[in-house]
Amino acid sequence: MKCTGPSGWVATSGRGASWWLLSPGLFWVGLFFFVPLCLVSAISFAERGLYGGIVWSFSLTNYSDLWHPLYARILGQSVLLAAVTALLCLVMGFPLAYYIARAAPNRQGIWLLLVMIPFWTNFLVRTYAWMFILRTEGLLNTLMLKAGLITAPIELLYSNTAVVIGLVYGYLPFMVLPLYVALERVDRTLVEAAWDLYATRWAVLWRIIVPLARPGIMAGCLLVFIPSLGAFLTPDLLGGARSMMVGNLIQHEFLIARDWPLGAAISCVLMVFVLSMMGWSLRVTRPLSREEPES
Amino acid sequence: MRERHDVAEQPVSINIASLVKRHGATVAVDHVSLSVQRGEFFSLLGPSGAGKTSVLRMIAGFETPDEGTIHIEGRSMAGISPNRRPVNLVFQSYALFPHLTVAENVAFGPRMQGVARGEIVARVRASLDLVKLASKEERLPGQLSGGEQQRVALARALVNRPAVLLLDEPLSALDQQLRQEMQVELKSIQERAACTFVCVTHHQEEALTMSDHVAVMHQGRLLQVGSPQDLYESPASVFVARFIGVSNELTGIVRRIDGGRVVIQSSDLPGKDHIRLPDRPELQEGQAATVLLRPERLRLSTDAKDRSGEQSLAAIVEKVFYSGSDRRYLVRLSDVLLWNVRVPNNESGRNGLERGDMVRVRWQIADAVVLGE
Repeated sequence: MKCTGPSGWVATSGRGASWWLLSPGLFWVGLFFFVPLCLVSAISFAERGLYGGIVWSFSLTNYSDLWHPLYARILGQSVLLAAVTALLCLVMGFPLAYYIARAAPNRQGIWLLLVMIPFWTNFLVRTYAWMFILRTEGLLNTLMLKAGLITAPIELLYSNTAVVIGLVYGYLPFMVLPLYVALERVDRTLVEAAWDLYATRWAVLWRIIVPLARPGIMAGCLLVFIPSLGAFLTPDLLGGARSMMVGNLIQHEFLIARDWPLGAAISCVLMVFVLSMMGWSLRVTRPLSREEPES
Repeated sequence: MRERHDVAEQPVSINIASLVKRHGATVAVDHVSLSVQRGEFFSLLGPSGAGKTSVLRMIAGFETPDEGTIHIEGRSMAGISPNRRPVNLVFQSYALFPHLTVAENVAFGPRMQGVARGEIVARVRASLDLVKLASKEERLPGQLSGGEQQRVALARALVNRPAVLLLDEPLSALDQQLRQEMQVELKSIQERAACTFVCVTHHQEEALTMSDHVAVMHQGRLLQVGSPQDLYESPASVFVARFIGVSNELTGIVRRIDGGRVVIQSSDLPGKDHIRLPDRPELQEGQAATVLLRPERLRLSTDAKDRSGEQSLAAIVEKVFYSGSDRRYLVRLSDVLLWNVRVPNNESGRNGLERGDMVRVRWQIADAVVLGE
C-alpha cells in the first residue's frame, strides 16, 4: 500500500522503495571502506620499489613470499593469542553477563554503564597504565611481594601473558554486551521448567541456557577474536620485542620496512582468514534460527 | 463415569497445612489448609491476585512458604528443591524449550532422571500418543499451534509419571473454542493417565467443568472447598456465590413468625415486604442475612397464585436478551432490586415476555440459599 500524508515517506515500505535510505551509509562505507579495500588488494599484487615506493605490476611474489615458516609462526601465534583471549573473555564475561541479565531491570543499566566506563579513557593511556601495573617494579609485583606471595619479582611485562592480559582487559566489554543481550532474552520460565524436569543447576546451564545464548556467545567470541587477531598496539606496548602478532607485522611492513605490497598481501590474507572464520561461525549458529515459526 | 471410592480407599496425595506466603508487606497466601485426594482433578479458583499461583509454585518448590507445611504422598517438602519433587508443572506460557524438538522436549525429564535410553523412547512415544501428537515429534515448538504446544507441555510433564501434575492457567492462552475442546480433553487425559491434577484457574466455568473438587481463593484466603455442585448450590459466602455463576441477591433481617415460618424482611422490597425462607435451625430471629437465587431457578408467569412450597414477587420486565438456547430477562422488583431470570427456550413457537410486562417472579422456597452475616 502506498502511504500518503505528510509523514508518509517515513512509513514507506516495500522492496526498492526505500533504497535511498541506505545511500548515506552506502556512500560512507563505499568511500572510506570499499575504495581503500580495493587499493590494498591492488597494492598486494604490486612490487616494492627500490626506495619503498610502489611499482605497479601484477605479480604473486608477495603471496608466495608469505609461504615462509616465519609468517606462519606469527599468524599461528596471533590466532593462538586471540583464541585464548576470546576464551578467557567468555569464561569471565558469561557469569558477569548472566548476573546483569538477571539483575533487577532498574539495576541492569547501571551495571552495563560500569562495563562501558573504561571506554571513556583513551585506549593508549589505559595500555600504558597496564605497563605500570605489570612492570618488574610495578604495582602487581610490589603488592605480591608485600603480601609475601612471591619472594622475587616475576617478569610479567613484555611477554605473551602480558599481551593476553591487555587484550582480555581491552575486549571484555565486547564479550559482555552481546552475551547480556542473548541471556536477557532467555525466558526465565524455561530455566524453571528445566529445574522442574529434574535438571540439576549444571544441566540447566549446559542444556538450556548455553544453547539458547549461543548466538550471543558466537557474536561475543567474534567481536573479541577478530580485533584481538589484528591488534598491534597491545602487543607492541605489552609484548615488546618478544611477542609479535600479525598486526605488528603489517605495521612493520608498512611503516618500518616500507614494503607496502608485502604489508598489503599480509592484510589480504588476514582478511580472508577472518572472513572464513565468520562464515564458519554463521553456519554453526544458523540451526538455531529453526525456532522461527514457518510462515 | 469414574467410580467414587470412599475416603479410606483414596489416600491423600497433597496435604497443605496453614500455608503462609508474604511478598513484602502483602500476604499473598494467608493460612491456607487443604488436602487433595489421589487421582482427583482439583482446581484452585480465584480472581487474579488471589494467591492461587503462589500456592501452586510452593507445591512445585519455586517459592518457599513463610509458614506452614506441604506434604506430597506423605513426604514433607520442606527444603526439597523442584528437581527432587514428585510433581511436574505445566507452565502458563508452556515454557517449551525452543531449541529442542517435540520429542526432545518430552524426553528431557526422563533423560535428566537417568532413565535408560530404550525406555525413554517408549515413554516419549506413549506420552505423545496420550496427547495425540505422535505425528509431530520432529517439529520444533515454534512450528506448532497454541493448542499443540499445550499438548506438548502436558506430554512433557506426564512422561515423568508424576505423583501430581500441576497446571498453571492451562487454557488461558487458547481461543474460546479450543479452550472448550481442551476442557473435555484435559479431563479425559487426566482419567487416562490416572494422575492427580492440581489446576490453577481464574475461569469458573473451566473449574466447574473439569474438577472433582474446587478450592475458591480470594485475597490469599481459602473461602470454600467443595465439589462443583456444592459450590454452586450451597456457596458458603456471597463472594463464592458471585464468583461462581450469576446470582440474584436480597439482603434483610431474619424473622421467625407464626411459629415455624422463617421469613426475611427487606427494606429493598416494596412496602417492606417479606419472603419465606427454607427453615434452617441456624437462622436466628433478628439476624442480618442475604438470600441468593440462581437465575435458572426462577420462573416468570402472569399467574398470581403460588402453589405450596413456592414463593413469588411482583416485577416488571425491563430488558430481554435472546441467546438462542435461552432467554435472559432483567426484571425490576423495586427501585434497587434488578434480578436476572434465565428461561430455557424449550417450547418452539412460544414468544417470550416483552419489555414492560407485569410478571411474577416465582421460585421453590427450598432453592433459596440463605447466608447469615
